[in-house]
Amino acid sequence: MKDPVDVLIIGAGASGAAVAWSLAETKMHILCLEQGGWMNPAEYPSTGRDWEARFFGEWSSSPNIRGRPEDYPVNDDNSPIKVVNYNAVGGSTVMYTAHWPRLHPSDFKVKTLDGVADDWPIDYDALTPFFEENDRMMGTSGLSGDPLSPLTHPPMPQQPMGLSGAIVAKAMNKLGWHWWPSDTTVATMDYEGRARCINLGHCTPACAQGAKSSTDITYWPHAIRAGVELRTHCRVREITTDENGMASGVVYYDKDGVEQFQPAHVVIIACNGVGTPRLLLNSKSDRFPNGLANSSGLVGKNLMFHPYAQIYGYVKEPTDSNRAPPTCLWSKQWYDTDLSRGFVRGYGVQFVRGAGPVFEAVVSEQKGILPWGADHHRVFRKLNGHRLGFSAICEDLPEEHNQVTLDPVLKDSHGIPAPKIDYTISENSRRMMDHALARGREVLEMAGATDICVNSPIPWGGWHLLGTARMGTDPKRSVVNEWGRTHDVKNLFIVDGSIFVTSGGVNPTSTIQALALYIADQMKQRLANLFD
Amino acid sequence: MTADNQLTRAQRDDLRTIAAMIVPASDEYKVPGADDAAIQADMLATLGRDTRMVAAALDHLARLAGGPLAELDATQRDAVAQEFRKNGGAAAATLVRVVLQCYYRDDRVLRSLGLELRAPFPKGHVLPDGDWSLLDPVKARGGTLRRAP
Repeated sequence: MKDPVDVLIIGAGASGAAVAWSLAETKMHILCLEQGGWMNPAEYPSTGRDWEARFFGEWSSSPNIRGRPEDYPVNDDNSPIKVVNYNAVGGSTVMYTAHWPRLHPSDFKVKTLDGVADDWPIDYDALTPFFEENDRMMGTSGLSGDPLSPLTHPPMPQQPMGLSGAIVAKAMNKLGWHWWPSDTTVATMDYEGRARCINLGHCTPACAQGAKSSTDITYWPHAIRAGVELRTHCRVREITTDENGMASGVVYYDKDGVEQFQPAHVVIIACNGVGTPRLLLNSKSDRFPNGLANSSGLVGKNLMFHPYAQIYGYVKEPTDSNRAPPTCLWSKQWYDTDLSRGFVRGYGVQFVRGAGPVFEAVVSEQKGILPWGADHHRVFRKLNGHRLGFSAICEDLPEEHNQVTLDPVLKDSHGIPAPKIDYTISENSRRMMDHALARGREVLEMAGATDICVNSPIPWGGWHLLGTARMGTDPKRSVVNEWGRTHDVKNLFIVDGSIFVTSGGVNPTSTIQALALYIADQMKQRLANLFD
Repeated sequence: MTADNQLTRAQRDDLRTIAAMIVPASDEYKVPGADDAAIQADMLATLGRDTRMVAAALDHLARLAGGPLAELDATQRDAVAQEFRKNGGAAAATLVRVVLQCYYRDDRVLRSLGLELRAPFPKGHVLPDGDWSLLDPVKARGGTLRRAP
């Protein structure tokens, strides 16, 4: 039998890396088990001439399409939004757009302000120092001073506006609407061993330059130097408990597929809003017959995705196409509740610079705007390099029927039951999406765009996996307490997006990592009585 | 299919025919069609995980055509292609995507589009910084962040 470790972290992605790095200063024996392996940037798509085609195969954002041994399948047939993620050291930060807004202070008090959902048990101020610390560790770029966003202090200047940004900015100015250069985790100058962005363009499926921040190149090197042990290709099947109802360790399959048991004094789950409930539900026992930490019955419930309402069109001027990071500007014009719009809460907007030629051809053919036959070439030249996009990240409110359960049939390559998603877009979200599409159309038309197309929701747009082990002070209405410890198991913590109470209308990774650092800090402050 | 990763001769013939219907050669733009031998060879060499779906699409196409697609007259061929595009489902979409992803990385096609014949890395691209005075009206309007109690 292996010696017990002090802290066992499951998952080496955004939150697992942050919590590992933060706890490393305690000098405890910290072990992280990650089902994927280390990435090799020399193999990233942008290094090859087939860079776009690979996004439809082994570099798809969908684990079901990728089907790598490190991935687990997800039954999302009963959801209009499909789960996307990445499984490796760095997790989904390997494959994300690096857009870096934070939740707003008002997002933590939605019940008080708008009478819907629940307030968080913590507020924005509690996370402020951890947002700052995380921005420094991840290396952010941006322009401080956005009047409609929380104040940030990015250590690097904003990305270039480029051709696309200038077109958007002029259109937004004509309409009198808010826009601002996005905070991103794309390095705009050499930073902490990372090379500056050289506009490879194909950022989402990993950055060969290393300019896009992912935790395999930010937090993990620091955490490992500080003594954290990271074991790759180790897939955890279940968390075990002892006769006192405390977590005793985990059963996992090692890189050779051999079942192992790793005892631990503290277990931290960092597996995202789908992987975490899957693991808890797979950890049921006589003592915990409905799954671990699930006395509330809320493990897996309240799944929030952020439905994306996307609209795009084609302008006469050239846009940045694939020659820049995909996002450049954001807008918070419609972020806060205005009931005259017909819905509660709101959405953030990220403007999209363009697309590469293969993507443009494939998607436009599917949309029916790129013909077959003799006229194909003329139309393609009108479309290619002229796309401009508007994507609204709509706040998804928690609803218990939107949930992650275990699929009775589907299993991963180790025979572990796979997650099943049941999700519908609410009427409030639909109205919000329609409002966003109408505003997006106004922006595009002001920019002179034609051939306008809509994806609402973006089908493979389930990047943000939130809410399935929510935070709260009431054990009957939440899974973890206000500092991330599960109500039911006093040495079991959750630090990923599943603990979100509400989703806000922004990309969540910045807030996920700030929460992970906050929880690590709480643990460090309470080491003497962590289990009381 | 004769093997897991190969198409039959008949399937390859139909693939070439339908590819030319999707993207024909153009003298005006000085580009080959997607039935060009080099582009077809690229498709066959890189089918990989798409082989099964493409083969299914080609089988469906063969059923619609009732024989080799190339042997139909132009009117019949167009009718089959329209039906295939409209109701071919995921398999047809995969076939079309395979055709387009190989076509739009061919050197002659990229040259015609004015694009460089290279991978993005390591050269990257140059992006204009832009005129940040465009932000002045936004700054002048200001605004306040919604307060949280």
